[in-house]
Amino acid sequence: MKVLRNLVDKVKPNFVKGGKLEKWYPAFEAMETFLFSPGEVTTHKVHVRDAVDLKRTMITVVIAMVPTLLFGIWNTGYQHYLAYGMEMSHVDYFLFGLKKVLPIIVVSYSVGLGVEFVFAVVKGHPVSEGYLVTGMLIPLILPVTIPLWMVALAAIFCTLIGKEIFGGTGMNFMNPALLARAFLFFAFPAFMSGEIWTDLSPESGQVILDAYSGATNLVIYDANHLEMQSVSDMFWGFEQGSIGETSVFACLIGAFILILTGVGSWKIMLSVFIGAAVMGLLFNGIAPADDPTHYLHTPFYYHWLMGGFAFGAIYMATDPVTAAHTERGKWVYGLMIGGLIVIIRAFNPAYPEAVMMVILLMNVHAPLIDHIVVQNHIKKRLRRAAQ
Amino acid sequence: MSTDTIAPVKTKEKKEGLFSKKNRKALTDPLDDNNPITVQVLGICSALAVTIQVKPAIIMALGLTMVSAFASLIIALIRDSIPGRIRMIVQLIIVALLVTLVDQVLKAFMYDVSKQLSVFVGLIITNCIVMGRLEAFAMAQKPWPSFLDGVGNGLGYGIILITVAVVREFFGAGSLLGYQLVPQWAYDHGYVNNGLMALPPAALFIIGMYIWWQRSRKPKLVNVS
Repeated sequence: MKVLRNLVDKVKPNFVKGGKLEKWYPAFEAMETFLFSPGEVTTHKVHVRDAVDLKRTMITVVIAMVPTLLFGIWNTGYQHYLAYGMEMSHVDYFLFGLKKVLPIIVVSYSVGLGVEFVFAVVKGHPVSEGYLVTGMLIPLILPVTIPLWMVALAAIFCTLIGKEIFGGTGMNFMNPALLARAFLFFAFPAFMSGEIWTDLSPESGQVILDAYSGATNLVIYDANHLEMQSVSDMFWGFEQGSIGETSVFACLIGAFILILTGVGSWKIMLSVFIGAAVMGLLFNGIAPADDPTHYLHTPFYYHWLMGGFAFGAIYMATDPVTAAHTERGKWVYGLMIGGLIVIIRAFNPAYPEAVMMVILLMNVHAPLIDHIVVQNHIKKRLRRAAQ
Repeated sequence: MSTDTIAPVKTKEKKEGLFSKKNRKALTDPLDDNNPITVQVLGICSALAVTIQVKPAIIMALGLTMVSAFASLIIALIRDSIPGRIRMIVQLIIVALLVTLVDQVLKAFMYDVSKQLSVFVGLIITNCIVMGRLEAFAMAQKPWPSFLDGVGNGLGYGIILITVAVVREFFGAGSLLGYQLVPQWAYDHGYVNNGLMALPPAALFIIGMYIWWQRSRKPKLVNVS
């Protein structure tokens, strides 16, 4: 620690005002505050400062994502060897996954932070911490077979169009990571849907697989919901899907961390789950009785387990910048996300995974929800004052 | 003695030159500072629809320039005899006449392109740029400046249209004006055309980024809209 501090102090004079590299101060500042708590205190009147600044908050979210990441890495290897019918040790599964997932994470972080640093230096504002979370979310919501240059393109797109164009972290009205996924979904549909969920790179001594049924549970659901994987498989995450979203269990650990530290709103998480359950039960009621394989017969809790539902509800919908801000608004926001996800899943087979689009849609409507909540409150108070 | 020679010069100065500063401004302002799409925010709809490829974008830009220029000229010529209450209808008839002309010429000489542009040539009639400039400029100005204003706005529209189309065709299909630019070996190495560029939202993104670039270059435009 001391070595680091000394190193930082040694190069600091170059970056402060009048130094040789003055222009690069934002970049330096970002690195310094990333390593150490900033030592500045307010010079004006009394001002309570919490030790938890934006960087610590972001790091908490990243820590909460670690379980999903670790499981995702393991599952990547597991699905790969499963496709070849090979029994391997857990270490092998993990190592294979690491080999595939790590490059995606590295590309996502380096490209996205690169854009952030360029903007910080050009505009002269401090580097924003928002990308710490976005950079980790992007790999977790992509299929493992995605080419790296597409990851880079998506990272550039979401930082530029999702954030910087509106003024940087905290000014964006849509979740940048989901925007990156939506960009890839529409730009390169062949790489974002279909038989791409399992890495089929050749194994020595095995026949090269070029056709492997890559149908995720979401696709099976539309055809015959009775053929989906078992509830426990879907809960623990032994299924195909984007890297980090398969395990509901890992997401719940993350939810626990987020709620305990107060970083993520439990109201949003809970209401998303409730919204999906209500809509699922409603659909059970209107399902055609003569066709037991019809997708409307799916038990409501399947919706919690399928696809990226839990991941989206816990890590994406709770994004404090893009979610509704008022407490009552959070309930409405969450309920609508949950309900809309089930509606789109049920009625649009062309769009197996609705979580991404629904959260983006509700991000756009969050300010409207807040506005209505606030106006209602004002009206209520006025009515009471008039009595 | 000197006063005699000065007097005629003065009257000559009063008559505006064909390309006086004011007239030049009417022509060049819409290209950038008062661009119909990025500053006046008119004619967005066709900018989203006909910019997948460069060729139809160029034809569309030329067509709109023609219509806008001659509609402005004709309206400015007869502006004093148009009754105020039916001016919109008169404008519409003249615009419709010109658009039909353009449409027929396209059908006769460039059938493929006219197929590609489909209804959008006909929809120039309702293009906000044409009507907007007639109302805002040609109804109150002399014919020549009105003509220049029409040409300028048509070209300003064209600049955006072609810029957007170049980006969309290059990234969406790897070609420009139909010539393949991205070589085959790039595709062999894993390059893929960007499917988003074929969808209308891409045009919106590109226009948005153009506006961003334009505003950051010229801060005086920032509070316009």
